[in-house]
Amino acid sequence: MSVLVLAEHDNASIKPATLNAVAAASKVGGPVEVLVAGQGCAAAAEAASKISGVAKVLVADAAEYAHGLPENLALLLVELARSRTHVMAAATSTGKNVMPRVAALLDVAQVSEIVEVVSADTFIRPIYAGNALATVQSKDAIKVITVRATGFDPVPATGGSAAIEAVAAKGDAGLSQFKGQELSKSERPELTSARIVISGGRGMQSGDNFKLLESVADKLGAAVGASRAAVDAGFVPNDYQVGQTGKIVAPDLYLAVGISGAIQHLAGMKDSKVIVAINKDEEAPIFQVADYGLVADLFKAVPELDAELAKGR
Amino acid sequence: MQHGVYTNLPSLKTVHGHQMKVLVAVKRVVDYNVKVRVKADKTGVETANVKMSMNPFDEIGVEEAIRLKEAGKATEVVAVSLGVAQTQETIRTALAMGADRGIHVLTDVELQPLAVAKLLKAVVEKEQPKLVILGKQAIDDDCNQTGQMLAALLGWSQGTFASKIVPDGDNLTVTREVDGGLETVVLKLPAIVTTDLRLNEPRYASLPNIMKAKKKPIDQLTPDALGVDASPRLVTVKVDEPPKRKSGVKVGSVAELIEKLRTEAKVIP
Repeated sequence: MSVLVLAEHDNASIKPATLNAVAAASKVGGPVEVLVAGQGCAAAAEAASKISGVAKVLVADAAEYAHGLPENLALLLVELARSRTHVMAAATSTGKNVMPRVAALLDVAQVSEIVEVVSADTFIRPIYAGNALATVQSKDAIKVITVRATGFDPVPATGGSAAIEAVAAKGDAGLSQFKGQELSKSERPELTSARIVISGGRGMQSGDNFKLLESVADKLGAAVGASRAAVDAGFVPNDYQVGQTGKIVAPDLYLAVGISGAIQHLAGMKDSKVIVAINKDEEAPIFQVADYGLVADLFKAVPELDAELAKGR
Repeated sequence: MQHGVYTNLPSLKTVHGHQMKVLVAVKRVVDYNVKVRVKADKTGVETANVKMSMNPFDEIGVEEAIRLKEAGKATEVVAVSLGVAQTQETIRTALAMGADRGIHVLTDVELQPLAVAKLLKAVVEKEQPKLVILGKQAIDDDCNQTGQMLAALLGWSQGTFASKIVPDGDNLTVTREVDGGLETVVLKLPAIVTTDLRLNEPRYASLPNIMKAKKKPIDQLTPDALGVDASPRLVTVKVDEPPKRKSGVKVGSVAELIEKLRTEAKVIP
């Protein structure tokens, strides 16, 4: 009996969150297998086979898995799950989309966004925007789980040499079709795996003003994020959102600029190692979680920060 | 009797037209502004004397359903909620926003997503909607499961984390908020949609509409009547407070901030 992890990938490479999911799976006990489902995904499967601690890679290479449609992917996962103790995926938009579908088809509960494995059937997960941590036990025969990446240090992407085995595709469910995507292009690191994140809120006043943050980000090798208010106002696209229902980040350094610090935003970043807040309102709740707070007008402070960083040491 | 047979038939418009009945699921949760406190006995969070509201994502769902009706794309909007007696208030909120009628599945049992999906499936089988809209996530348990589970149990397509939906004949085009940006899928109807924040901005119910909502019908059902075992599958062993961050310091200038980040926190070079 083994633990199956659904890989997050783009057919060519494995997305970093997979490494955190494998780390969680390793704590459950039993051999860890990784499923790479895609179209033309041999390179991703090859990369998965090198992940440290992976015993076997299963590959389902077929047109119906090209875009991760949950209706198709669930049929495959359900079949594979029946002979395993756990099925896990990172709590990415793909994992969150497909895993509950798998759980319902298996007639089992799902345990969402675990941050700790207590034992093979008991897990810790945040509830109420992280204001409480629930320890839950699943009595179901198969545990379907999504993993919050920030809860587990990633396993090394290399060092393994797992066997790669093809599995039969299950066909197209005929319920949905992929039509297109508009992905944000950026040279900067991915928000969820960046070592430093600089985020802007309503205080930024416009999308154009995010250039101030981008300039700082480029000097620090940081990713740029945003609060819900900034996304709702149309300053930046939805994929920038950090918070309870957006992206959960825990970088070494999180700079919150012009962000008041609503509970929902704190839920997405309060596990960062060091938090800096720059806000002109000294009563802003963000200062309650900040290690370093600077009460200042961001339009003065951020250019100054940028200039200081440009000077180097 | 012949007459009775004919009156039981659904309207021709529903069967042959492109118009549809829409079901929206709404959940009563601790209001999003409340700072929740973990109970001293660690069995959960304090919910006594705490303000309760409709889950914000479900408000977006109700709004979307009403807009479909206002645009002539939906024939009827039915709001469904499950849980204790006070759950009726949440249904009334949906009715005040503009839903036509309500269904309340009354139970005191702790409802987990799989049970909710099973109960909703039973309601869907009675009501035969073409579209069910749910919030993508409830802000209490943060599970993000119910819509996907309902789609699975019904064998329907699913458009989760929707920021735009466009019905077109037998299909529904859904723009989804995904980690990398936006994705568009075409779903075969009937379908499940779960809402994300940018789908719409929900309206406030006007006072006249709040008054009118008091007269709108709410049917009451029970899990037993629907033939569903709604018992929980997961056992909550305990609920703890998260570790507190130690309080930080205020710095007086950008120069001081950079100095601290370099020499004290050592997070920038």
